[in-house]
Amino acid sequence: MKMFNSEIENQLKEVFSKMVNDVTIALFTKEGECLTCEETRGYMQEVEALNDKIHLKEYDINKNQDLAKAYNVEMVPSIVILNDKEEYLGIKFNGIPAGHEINSFVPAILEVSGNQSAVPENLQSRIDNISKPTNIKVFITLSCPHCPGAVQKAHKLALSNKFIDAEMIEAQTFNDISNKFNVSSVPKIVINDQYELIGDQPIEAFLTEIEKN
Amino acid sequence: MELNLNYEKLNNNHKNELVNDKVYDLIIIGFGPAGINAFLYAKRKGLNVGIITKKIGGQVINTSVVDNYLGTKNINGEALIDQFTEHISEFDTPILENATVTYIKSINNHHEIHLTNGTFYKTRSVIIATGSKPRQLNIPGERDLLGKGVAYCAICDAPLFKGKDVVVAGGGNSAVEAVLDMVKVAKSVTLVHRSELRADKILVDQLYQNSEINIHLKTKILEVVGKDFMTGLKTKSANGESIIPSDGLFIEIGHIPNSDFIKDYLDVNNHGEILVDEKNRTNIKGIFACGDVTQIPYKQIIIAAADGAKAALCVNEYLNKDYIK
Ligand SMILES: Cc1cc2nc3c(=O)[nH]c(=O)nc-3n(C[C@H](O)[C@H](O)[C@H](O)COP(=O)(O)OP(=O)(O)OC[C@H]3O[C@@H](n4cnc5c(N)ncnc54)[C@H](O)[C@@H]3O)c2cc1C
Repeated sequence: MKMFNSEIENQLKEVFSKMVNDVTIALFTKEGECLTCEETRGYMQEVEALNDKIHLKEYDINKNQDLAKAYNVEMVPSIVILNDKEEYLGIKFNGIPAGHEINSFVPAILEVSGNQSAVPENLQSRIDNISKPTNIKVFITLSCPHCPGAVQKAHKLALSNKFIDAEMIEAQTFNDISNKFNVSSVPKIVINDQYELIGDQPIEAFLTEIEKN
Repeated sequence: MELNLNYEKLNNNHKNELVNDKVYDLIIIGFGPAGINAFLYAKRKGLNVGIITKKIGGQVINTSVVDNYLGTKNINGEALIDQFTEHISEFDTPILENATVTYIKSINNHHEIHLTNGTFYKTRSVIIATGSKPRQLNIPGERDLLGKGVAYCAICDAPLFKGKDVVVAGGGNSAVEAVLDMVKVAKSVTLVHRSELRADKILVDQLYQNSEINIHLKTKILEVVGKDFMTGLKTKSANGESIIPSDGLFIEIGHIPNSDFIKDYLDVNNHGEILVDEKNRTNIKGIFACGDVTQIPYKQIIIAAADGAKAALCVNEYLNKDYIK
């Protein structure tokens, strides 16, 4: 079944017309047991068809282990957004970014393409000061209207500092890891598997936790 | 699979920024139903308007179904906000999102709106439409177990309680709606409320039609129990104290006004609601307030929106008649 009706398709075409450079969607799936791999693949194929600047590349987490490792891909389906040079900028979606989460997925593509929104000046210097590898996990559900805001902020941090790696995790599909981090309210933000925040927090709150590192 | 595309927001990424170096006719603080409608009315009067808000859409974004907004039946909260923002998309909309106002300073004939990050904006008049936030039970365990079973957004977190036992605290529309949402996924849902239900009859009927829902009225929640994760609730009723085992607690016991930032400057009542007169005027000249943050009774979308319209018209009258340049 198609994800987009003609109205959504036209709206997305208009939004993606603001892309600057090419973007590659690296989709990791696997053969065999994977609940949402098929659906995610169909969805990404529809996204690719919306704009010539969007390219889809499909990988298998078992057969392309080196690449999976390079992008820190540990679960499937996983979507990594690469820039025009196919560089990894720390932006990843684990699980299907459907429901409300399309509202963080679309901006991620736009931002990686070079259509970037500015970071408030007073925060930029704090972001620049981060010089240790930092992982941000944002647990979400597809029915959560605030979650895309938190995912977008995590991704914005990743784009603003090469030490930061930010990933969305769809909590229902990845039940085990959600249980491991006791996810019962979303968005739940976990920094370096250690510091936790709940809710669509401002960038300042992310930074305060990261600075504890 | 469903998609909730927020086209207005995504397509508006080159929106106008608010500027520091001019004096606006009006700055609206808070962009929920009250603030959005105030904006529509103020723009139609030709005012130069700026908006400062934490989030676009306010509480409505958290609502699964709105069925009492005249002219729009059975709509998802976010879709209703999309309709609102679509309606104003023809106007130039200088908006600062993800911004929190910390205080207002009035100097001569204008007001400075100060933000957490130290910047400020100047305006001849202000509409405060900062709405309200969920009230807390203020009982032991509530804060410590937040995100460990204790939750305030039923539509967000319902999927995480699949096959689990949950309690919803409260007896108004939001509580009953949360129960009806949760019962679709949870193993068991129990509504606990300290007095009688005050939700609309149409919702209460749905509640009693569903035999899977347990209802404990005249029952007070004393404590959220659990160490790393909540395991239950300690409650008290006429039958004495007891423990309700539960994996989750959704707290839907009403709202408190977002007036902390201004309550030392403006007159508020003992609930913290900003006091306004029939023309939405606060005690400070040029500062108006509307919607859930004020003492106006019945916190509803249509009421907040209508109040926003009225506030904008009052501001326009003030700027034309009373404002001294
Ligand atoms: C779960 C739920 C279900 C509901 N269901 C219904 C329903 O079915 N029908 C109905 O009519 N009503 C319903 N309501 C009530 C309705 O949502 C509110 O009455 C209405 O949203 C109030 O509008 P408002 O514009 O006054 O405030 P809000 O919607 O609260 O908007 C206030 C805005 O101000 C911003 N803000 C707050 N503080 C600051 C600050 N210091 N600086 C900058 N910005 C700030 C906030 O981010 C927010 O965007 C429901 C409410 C909830 C929570």
